Amino acid sequence: MTTTDFDAPAPRGASAHSLDEAPTTPRVDAVEALPMERVNPPRTFFRGSLKDLADIFRYRELLSQLVRKELKVKYKDSVLGFFWTLVRPMTQLVIYYVAFTIFLGNQQPAYAIFIFSGLVVWGLFTDILGGCTGSIVGNGGLLKKTYFPREIFPLSVVGAALVNFGLQLLVLFAALGLAALTGFQVVPTWDLALVPLALVVCLTWGLALGLFLAAATVYFRDLQHLIEIITLALFWMVPIVYPIVLPINNFSENGNSVLLDLYLANPMVNVVAAFQRAFYTMGPEYTFAGNLWGRLGVLLLVGLGLLWLAQRYFARTQGDFAQEL
Amino acid sequence: MTTVIRVNDVSKKFSINVNKSLKERLVNSRQTKEKRQEFWALRDIDLSIDAGTSIGLIGHNGSGKSTLLKVIGGILSPSSGFVERRGRLAALLELGAGFHGDLTGRENVYLNASILGLSRADTDRYFDEIVDFSGIEEFLDTQVKFYSSGMYVRLAFSVAVHVDPEILLIDEVLAVGDEAFQRKCLDKIREFMREGRTIIFVTHGLDLVRDLCDRAVLLDHGVMQYDGAPTQAIRMIRDTWDEEAEAEAEAAAEAAAEEADVAEAAGAVDAPTYTPMRISDVVITNGRGEPKDTFSPGDPFGVECTVTSSKLVTDWAVGIKIENHMDQNCYASNTHLMDLQLDPIEGSRRVSFSYESIPLVDGGYHVTLATHGVNGPHYTRVARIKNFKVIDTEWQAGLVRMPARVSVQPIEAPDVTVR
Repeated sequence: MTTTDFDAPAPRGASAHSLDEAPTTPRVDAVEALPMERVNPPRTFFRGSLKDLADIFRYRELLSQLVRKELKVKYKDSVLGFFWTLVRPMTQLVIYYVAFTIFLGNQQPAYAIFIFSGLVVWGLFTDILGGCTGSIVGNGGLLKKTYFPREIFPLSVVGAALVNFGLQLLVLFAALGLAALTGFQVVPTWDLALVPLALVVCLTWGLALGLFLAAATVYFRDLQHLIEIITLALFWMVPIVYPIVLPINNFSENGNSVLLDLYLANPMVNVVAAFQRAFYTMGPEYTFAGNLWGRLGVLLLVGLGLLWLAQRYFARTQGDFAQEL
Repeated sequence: MTTVIRVNDVSKKFSINVNKSLKERLVNSRQTKEKRQEFWALRDIDLSIDAGTSIGLIGHNGSGKSTLLKVIGGILSPSSGFVERRGRLAALLELGAGFHGDLTGRENVYLNASILGLSRADTDRYFDEIVDFSGIEEFLDTQVKFYSSGMYVRLAFSVAVHVDPEILLIDEVLAVGDEAFQRKCLDKIREFMREGRTIIFVTHGLDLVRDLCDRAVLLDHGVMQYDGAPTQAIRMIRDTWDEEAEAEAEAAAEAAAEEADVAEAAGAVDAPTYTPMRISDVVITNGRGEPKDTFSPGDPFGVECTVTSSKLVTDWAVGIKIENHMDQNCYASNTHLMDLQLDPIEGSRRVSFSYESIPLVDGGYHVTLATHGVNGPHYTRVARIKNFKVIDTEWQAGLVRMPARVSVQPIEAPDVTVR
């Protein structure tokens, strides 16, 4: 503030940076060159998704940071750290193996491989679903202070889940190697090509449901608990611990073709069936014999449609996240 | 002039849902609609901010300042209207600029920088500078949830100013840091201003606004009351506070007098509320008995009041004090210090102080009056009973207005002119 001769008072409120004489620095000129962008522009229902996609792409670096954060935070302060990622599916594997072979007398060869090939992809799906549901609510601290496309949060959950999935897949490969050494029939077939397709179907559906749930949980907190229960029930609706031929046979014998269609319409049933057909070559009679290529193709198209709808719902509600949290 | 931020007719409506859980919504589905409370946090705000401006948003608690800042930052989307802006924007909202408590300071720097749109390589480049500025190297690998609020702000501010933003939003965060860091921040902010960056402050520190800002926006209940020179905006907000404070002070004085009356009527002369004296009818004058409440520096000034005593008191003096809005004592004296021996009092006397000139700087002031014994007991006191304003055409910081004449002349070299 410059104070000069009191006989010639400066205009009220004048300072070195008054509005009229703001200094033009190179920076100001540089700003002039930048485009005027609208903050949170309203987006049409159809064209908006492309713009949102472009926005998300711009923040890909942040996405990788958040995936890393997601992984770090989960196992921070734990002694075994990342190892826990493997402990949960392994424990599940042991429990089901013991229960089904010893107590229930299952005679399936290499039953552990059978369970695990379904369990890895099921684990991916539930990780995505559970993680996404709480992703907006759980990141309130970041969300209320900063702006970036909110889809980044559910996406980072998907990223972290994929890393875990990759690790478990390695374990599955190791187990397959072990099985081959111990004399089981491990042969690569063309069905291995189903794995990427099944994975994409799983991701599409998981993300579609995840985006929807992430946004909806902001308004109905109960969803977080509800989803836990639903995934618990869904586990038994998917042929992970039992071979898919059992329900197919039962439904056909009783003439419940509608129920059978409903059962088989579950995208995760098809995803799990594809994984089993690709990895569980020890007993082809226990895996799904139908046309998985066609089924997964249709599911992918439906899933993409759902994903798009879910993103629109998410985009529509995201403006109010900061105030609702 | 280049506009960096344009706020177009923005309104923001908040609706508060009382029921959050599914159960409550199902059970009370009818009530939910009724319980939904709506209010406008912002109403029809139009603003256009030029590059290189520093602008202060001021207003009472709940006036919508922070909401406006969040709308500009894109964190909240407006109910109607829209915001346009250009360039990178860094926001420091409340505590911490979006840190994750479970991550260490180092990790949060990278996370935060990438939120603000910096690549990892860029962050690597700025990293040392950020850490240096924050001054918390030793805690860099500690999770930020263990940070004190001061450390939090240090790191947050440090990241925000080092990512080279075009626009910086600051919401009342600087108050948390210690004085040394605050000074560092203010220096950095001044540097930003010199560089022609745009800064928007939300603060209750009105003096900060006066010192730093070119422009101030006064909000009240979401409506823009004033947009222009900071001094005027500050004057307006202080006026409303002063009015409230004056009404409160009068009510308090009345209540005290009433209590004293009750004590007196009951004959409880020992009661702590008992006092024989009252001060009433306080008027601020132009020094010649005419009421006046706005002065220019150097104007004659006076204060009058009526002192009433219900019994004969021989030992009494009247004190006067003038405080500014910061509760700083600008002037205090009493009749005893002025070497006046007051005649014994019983009944009412009109006491008047008058001054030839009022040498105070621009601002709002409060007058407190009291009567007491020369060395002893306090009889009665009316705190901040009246306010007055000094309006100056020239800003001076401090308490006292000292007119100055400045001359700058070349110093003649001694070998040229030998005296």
